Amino acid sequence: MMKNVEKCMAGTLAWVDKRFPLTANIKAHLTEYYAPKNFNFWYFFGSLALLVLVLQIVTGIFLTMHYKPDANLAFGSVEYIMRDVSWGWLIRYMHSTGASMFFVVVYLHMFRGLIYGSYRAPRELIWLFGVGIFLVLMGEAFFGYLLPWGQMSYWGAQVIINLFTSIPFIGPDVSEWLRGDYVVSDATLNRFFAFHVIALPLVLLALVVAHLIALHEVGSNNPDGIEIKEKKDPKTHIPLDGIPFHPYYTVKDIVGVSVFLIVFSAILFFAPEMGGYFLEANNFIPADPLQTPAHIAPVWYFTPYYSILRAVPPIFNSQFPGVAAMGLSVVIFALLPWLDRSPVKSIRYRGALYKKWLALFVISFIVLGYLGTKPSNVWGVFDASTWIVGGVDRATVVARIFTLTYFLFFILMPWYTKKDKTKPVPERVTV
Amino acid sequence: MANQPVDQGKRRFLIAATTAVGGVAAAAVAVPFISSMLPSARARAAGAPVEVDVSKIEPGAMVTVEWRGKPVWVVNLTDDMAKTLSGHDENLTDPKLEVTSQQPEYCKNPTRSIRPNLMVMEGVCTHLGCSPSPKLQPGGDMGGDWQGGFFCPCHGSKFDLAGRVFKGSPAPTNLVVPPHKYLSDAILLIGEHSEGAA
Amino acid sequence: MMMYQKIVDVVRHGILAAALLAMPAYVSAAGADVHLDKAPVNLNNQESLQRGAKLFVNYCLNCHSANYMRYNRLTDIGLSEEQIRENLLFTAEKVGDTMQVAMAKPDAKAWFGVVPPDLTVEARARTADWLYTYLRGFYRDPTRPTGWNNTVFPNVGMPHILWELQGQQVMKVEEHVDANGVKAEAHRLVLDKPGSMTPAEYDLAIADLVNYMVYMAEPAQMDRKKLGVFVLLFLGLLFVVSYYLKKEFWKDIH
Repeated sequence: MMKNVEKCMAGTLAWVDKRFPLTANIKAHLTEYYAPKNFNFWYFFGSLALLVLVLQIVTGIFLTMHYKPDANLAFGSVEYIMRDVSWGWLIRYMHSTGASMFFVVVYLHMFRGLIYGSYRAPRELIWLFGVGIFLVLMGEAFFGYLLPWGQMSYWGAQVIINLFTSIPFIGPDVSEWLRGDYVVSDATLNRFFAFHVIALPLVLLALVVAHLIALHEVGSNNPDGIEIKEKKDPKTHIPLDGIPFHPYYTVKDIVGVSVFLIVFSAILFFAPEMGGYFLEANNFIPADPLQTPAHIAPVWYFTPYYSILRAVPPIFNSQFPGVAAMGLSVVIFALLPWLDRSPVKSIRYRGALYKKWLALFVISFIVLGYLGTKPSNVWGVFDASTWIVGGVDRATVVARIFTLTYFLFFILMPWYTKKDKTKPVPERVTV
Repeated sequence: MANQPVDQGKRRFLIAATTAVGGVAAAAVAVPFISSMLPSARARAAGAPVEVDVSKIEPGAMVTVEWRGKPVWVVNLTDDMAKTLSGHDENLTDPKLEVTSQQPEYCKNPTRSIRPNLMVMEGVCTHLGCSPSPKLQPGGDMGGDWQGGFFCPCHGSKFDLAGRVFKGSPAPTNLVVPPHKYLSDAILLIGEHSEGAA
Repeated sequence: MMMYQKIVDVVRHGILAAALLAMPAYVSAAGADVHLDKAPVNLNNQESLQRGAKLFVNYCLNCHSANYMRYNRLTDIGLSEEQIRENLLFTAEKVGDTMQVAMAKPDAKAWFGVVPPDLTVEARARTADWLYTYLRGFYRDPTRPTGWNNTVFPNVGMPHILWELQGQQVMKVEEHVDANGVKAEAHRLVLDKPGSMTPAEYDLAIADLVNYMVYMAEPAQMDRKKLGVFVLLFLGLLFVVSYYLKKEFWKDIH
């Protein structure tokens, strides 16, 4: 009996393989994809990002079945999902928690790339596709955030779209074109819905596929930053420090997934608003074009860039420098492969200089992120008699300093990575 | 690599255990997603049972009420109309009401109704779902043989006044009698079964 | 049951504490720096929720809607459909209807200057503590068109609907001089004319009402927390088996 089943399966597989390279693909990407054997916990976040992507797509499809992209109905349809649709609350919370967790996972994944030099040659394209994914993800989050049509949705979109107004010459026309109206309105909601549910997800999926194809072409980096392909078994041509992704990293990733799901579920079931960070109180008030909430701030994952926007002072009465700085603060990640001149990849073999700059960057990112959630007068104003900064918000001065260090991390990188005293890199990976 | 012997039994057990726990988890996650496509509380509220005051329907007249988005006919038969229901069994596809899904148990009787003169049925043709037109009076544009009933304009199915389909119609079976009960002499409730049957 | 509730509370407080430690930036919707009293919310107290529902339907629903809340959802808090029909519904409504308001929007605008907001999710927009303080913070103010003002919502458009229960409060301003000789003003609400309830009874009634509004803002929240415990326990199991599976396979490598 068992023999017959196995025979039948083998026959089917052979039939498929003649017409579609199924076995070849499984080999290339799983059973004979050789990954370095020294991955640490930082390497969970790639597969977790994929998991969250699937989660967002599936929950998104089911939300689309009940959501109405209409200014008069949108807010009500979200409450309809939360109350009248069977299990609608669970699907909606999965999606809203998933949005924030996506950024948590992606930020950690990017930080991994930063500390182990995963962006360095020959992985520049993996990194560029990744930056593309990050940009599209920000777009997804921005467009999706309008859909519940609450006060924060509405005024967030209003403020961000108005940023485009500051682009010289064409700005006002561009923002009107984006909105399809003179203010954020039903037309805006409808097109944001289209971008959120179909246009950007398609681009995102394509970029993820490209990211993975490029990764499997050159092979994964590792915490030592050593190219395992340079030391191969002379007979089998398998990297000496490589192990098949399946089963070793599949079973390991399941552990990572279960830990992640525990964190995810703890938030989803016990604190879905996450103290106002994942779902903001003001967004439980329907959008009102005539009344702005007292304090508006973007969702937490946008706040570092928002701080940079606020920190840069207007020049010749134009907001454009701030807007440009904000855009640059995101796009500048793409330049990393060419800014880093260090002979080593991993932080393990870099010198103190790089580590100090990296620490400063992380601090800048966190402080800017924190300040972005606060009104700019949160720490009060410098006394009028203070030298230079008299009369300026304290928080604004701090944000300016950290905006500067944020950019200096990148701008000075060619210099400090070259000057840094690095340690010798071992021949083989360390476990 | 393998510098110690592999315990295949242990390995198989752990794979099975992880697959089982993961499988249960996946199945449990599927339930909410599938359930979310069932009628929502709003749809259920809109599809709640409907009350009809049958004392206001003249003999020989018919009212149409909406229940779960479907037309439900309530016909008050005159004695002459009631007589037409017997004596044409040989012309009907299912005179004995053998297709039990088309009426509740308490309506499995010669008039397919709780009260012999009050017909309650869904006005949805069992062929392809059009709504048949009432042709309650004999003759007329239906020809001399017509004793009164319903005629579906889409494909020409014919039903008698109790909603039983005539032979030769494209409709395979009788019109559906929805669950219903009488709350009092005058009040009919469509959408809830009679208890204990009648 | 008590044990179970404890687990839920511990988990929830743990997460919130972690979140608040990581980012101590919780911005309440109230915005202003008014002291808010802690609302004694307890969603497991069904009698309180039922009393709150009755207050809500009898008082709030005259001017405010709760458009997304269905009456028959109140079976969550231990009421039968019969009880809902008899005690909470007006004749024309069905038990599956949502909590609509009879007042037309243009009328409301003419009478109050603004359309009274829908209250379905008000507790999530404002927080329970805000509602609890607000509903106990009305005082007489002859300068206002309605004759009422409020401590947490200055110049509020809504008159004090519950004044027959609470009575009338007035704002007492007391000047006092501190040790350094600096004059300061203290504002204090004083009950001027008693209502049909004692202050303690009134606080309890408002606690019930706020409790109900917190429930109404997210009726699934009790189910959510109950289910969450099982999900976490199950994922714990998944973690254990997958951990041993990983360890077994990685023997090959180490």
